[in-house]
Amino acid sequence: MATLHTRSAARAMMAPSVVLLLAWMVVPLAMTIYFSFLRYNLLMPGMEEWVGFDNYRYFLTDPAFFQAIFNTLAIVLGVLLITVLGGIGLALLLDQPMFGQGIVRILVIAPFLIMPTVAALVWKNMFMNPVNGLFAYLARSVGLPPFDFLNNAPLLSIILIVAWQWLPFATLILLTALQSLDEEQKEAAQMDGAGAWSRFTYLTLPHLSRAITVVILIHTIFLLSVFAEILVTTNGGPGTQSTNLTFLVYAQALLQFDVGGASAGGIIAVILANIVAFFLMRMIGKTLEA
Amino acid sequence: MNFKPLLLGACSAVVLCGIASAETLTIATVNNGDMIRMQKLTDDFTSKNPDIKLDWVTLEENVLRQRVTTDIATKGGQYDVLTIGTYEVPIWAKQGWLLPLDNLGPDYDVNDILPAIRAGLTGEDGKLYAAPFYGESSMVMYRKDLFEKAGLTMPDAPTWDFIADAARKITDKDKEIYGICLRGKAGWGENMAFLTATANAFGARWFDENWKPQFDQPEWKKTLDFYVKLMKDAGPPGASSNGFNENLALFQTGKCGMWIDATVAASFVTNPKESTVADKVGFALAPDTGLGKRGNWLWAWNLAIPAGTQKQQAAEKFIAWATGKDYLKLVAEKDGWANVPPGTRTSLYENPEYLKAAPFAKMTLDSINAADPKHPAVKPVPYVGVQFVAIPEFQGLGTAVGQQFSAALAGQTSVDQALQNAQQLTTREMTKAGYIK
Amino acid sequence: MARNVSSQRKIVNTVVAWTIGILIFFPILWTFLTSFKTEAQAIASPPSLLFFDWTFENYFEVQARSDYFKHFMNSVAISFGSTLLGLIIAIPAAWAMAFAPTPKTKDVLMWMLSTKMMPPVGVLVPMYLLFRNTGLLDTRIGLVMILTLINLPIIVWMLYTYFKEIPGEILEAARMDGASLAKEIIYVLTPMAVPGIASTLLLNIILAWNEAFWTLNLTASKAAPLTAFIASYSSPEGLFYAKLSAASTMAIAPILILGWFSQKQLVRGLTFGAVK
Repeated sequence: MATLHTRSAARAMMAPSVVLLLAWMVVPLAMTIYFSFLRYNLLMPGMEEWVGFDNYRYFLTDPAFFQAIFNTLAIVLGVLLITVLGGIGLALLLDQPMFGQGIVRILVIAPFLIMPTVAALVWKNMFMNPVNGLFAYLARSVGLPPFDFLNNAPLLSIILIVAWQWLPFATLILLTALQSLDEEQKEAAQMDGAGAWSRFTYLTLPHLSRAITVVILIHTIFLLSVFAEILVTTNGGPGTQSTNLTFLVYAQALLQFDVGGASAGGIIAVILANIVAFFLMRMIGKTLEA
Repeated sequence: MNFKPLLLGACSAVVLCGIASAETLTIATVNNGDMIRMQKLTDDFTSKNPDIKLDWVTLEENVLRQRVTTDIATKGGQYDVLTIGTYEVPIWAKQGWLLPLDNLGPDYDVNDILPAIRAGLTGEDGKLYAAPFYGESSMVMYRKDLFEKAGLTMPDAPTWDFIADAARKITDKDKEIYGICLRGKAGWGENMAFLTATANAFGARWFDENWKPQFDQPEWKKTLDFYVKLMKDAGPPGASSNGFNENLALFQTGKCGMWIDATVAASFVTNPKESTVADKVGFALAPDTGLGKRGNWLWAWNLAIPAGTQKQQAAEKFIAWATGKDYLKLVAEKDGWANVPPGTRTSLYENPEYLKAAPFAKMTLDSINAADPKHPAVKPVPYVGVQFVAIPEFQGLGTAVGQQFSAALAGQTSVDQALQNAQQLTTREMTKAGYIK
Repeated sequence: MARNVSSQRKIVNTVVAWTIGILIFFPILWTFLTSFKTEAQAIASPPSLLFFDWTFENYFEVQARSDYFKHFMNSVAISFGSTLLGLIIAIPAAWAMAFAPTPKTKDVLMWMLSTKMMPPVGVLVPMYLLFRNTGLLDTRIGLVMILTLINLPIIVWMLYTYFKEIPGEILEAARMDGASLAKEIIYVLTPMAVPGIASTLLLNIILAWNEAFWTLNLTASKAAPLTAFIASYSSPEGLFYAKLSAASTMAIAPILILGWFSQKQLVRGLTFGAVK
């Protein structure tokens, strides 16, 4: 009785979210799919015509397409590597007794609160600029030629900027998880004479595994569509060396105003993102189930 | 939640709510110095027109272009006055997206607008579709002190060979002095503006008469080779991410021997408040290679009225104010003649006070007059435009090609590879757009 | 002896942690300091950290050019509005998923998250057309709606994982006592859920405050938040580091202060079910 009652109530309570998200997904998606089969350029109104899969063909054969996929994955993996490893290190450090822990935590959180556009502008102009940037000054003051980050290592520079923004978030989640680790367990392990490393690998790391998967999941969701940082710093260049899928779609949509092409690109991006999501969810699903 | 904005929105759409209340013009503009000055002088306009309020949307150039284009093409109707470039005006006028400016008032004196600039803003029906706020060409700005030290004299009309030679001589990388600063940042309005104009001087062109891309021709190879080598020898580090602003900052802090860029930069680099080299700057025409074309472009930022606006009359009043003769006087009173928006009116270049205050005036005027958008290249072309090709596809194309050239400058690809990529992607897009059958 | 060792370690920890903390924070500090320099000092070499003529001129200049307060109020309205609306919609859903799970629950949740993977640029034109036709362009309401939808999956997920931690026995007990569903939610569940809700609220305010694609592309002036305010400083003509820094400081200060003051609440519920 109760379950039946609860179940229908549950359905009623879930309905608003599900319906809204369904609408949010279906309406623009339907429009996008429709547009993706049209020759539709904003700058040439009245010339819309049905072109079948032409837009898809052009998007998939774009010389930058495979590079964009590679870059998208490189950004996701690169940032994940830094934020997960750095996050574990920082969380372990912040978990230790020290003076002014609260203030350090405040300092570490800060980058997460910054608008991506502002972060990118600041890094580009005030740090990575090879003439007026702070890094160039530091390089010169030790007698080295300034390194031109955004031209010679565009992808790496973007990964660094994005990782700087997301490191705090990973640290926070990992720190929360770490603090829930049983003190007694730690002490017991210490009593048994386990060294710091084996305590870390046999006790701490397994305990953190759920937190790590959560970090990976959330970060991947946001990192697949990194955009503002690229637009502000490198504009996808030099060449197409830092163009990711989102940026490629942007070029279609807001540089060429080719709505048809951008729609096709958007659909392809959604499909690819869902493939990534599928694998990710399976992996995450398993860990979270346990 | 706050429903006020929605109500206000509904009101302004219906125009019935406030019968006697003020009309608000939403003006989209670029965050360039001259526009920001205009924004600060708003009081002068509103005191003369108390029934009109101004609401500014000031954005960085690329963001502005995206927003304004999306809005006008979908007939969003968010703006009443637009700031658009010479590139957009003919394309948009043809689409019927802009209202002709027939009623700018008896004092406006349309004939005073510089003929070269005006020609670019006039539609096929002979009507003016946008009013120029400031106009520019490109020219050489150079450091007289560094030239003197190197024993060089800049001619009024230099050749590219002279420029390259001088740039290499002046360069002193240990002291952070680079012989020449040129645009390298990818973008149709950034490096491609400069390179397209320069390519004209080298005899190259974007398309032949049948819209076939020409990047596989020797002239383009010569242009790009010359540019990449010169920048490698005498340019600043990180040149491939330098646009107008970055180069301006470099020149103002004394790090460039020469800079070839927009004529409007002249008032910035000679302004002692901003520039450390204000009293040491000389000017010359953009260089040529003896083929009969100089690499100087033609551009103007203009004010136009979108066809969807409900407030045409107020918008016309505003445009007449902002681009009229009195506005120039107003700026001169407040900030001095040197800061007047240049390059729009013949009368300005006949004003002795202006000529005295602006040492770059003559060179600016000569450069603007020397540009010929109808015949930009040495060889015949099917398009209009000096540093751009006035077709809707050019924004995307120019930027994609610009990325290739930027990569070549950064040393990430070879010149040959960059040109080959450019040829390939341009052919692809032109085929897609139906120019190449 | 042992005490001594641990206090030594504490000092080492302190030094290392502070160094890393300051390094991570440095870009923000540098921006803040630069905002008080003149443009010439901002690019001077060698750069000076503290010993320059402090000036407020950049702030005056920025304020003279665009009305900070208007953009600020829009940011507040949009980020708080969308977060609150999101919570109202998400709390029942998350509650249902956590306490009355069906075999489909997990799939529904994962599907919700996957809606976040759509690149916004791809659907800009469709959305713009929708907004134009419904008169929502450049309105706070339109932005509240769209940001609610964007962040709803995260809100639902955060709340779901948090609610799931609440032991079911307590609910059973309440139910035994004859509490109705409404009472169960108000008196039993809510107090236990407050930390989770609080941190969800904070996280989403942060995300909404910093969202820069839709807020920039669907507004003109009336509803433009601080992200649009920043867009006019990104690369103007002339020297701009100091003015950019001042504008940046103004744009990020409110959320930075909010984040700092509420960091305990933010962290407490920020588990995403990661803690067991």
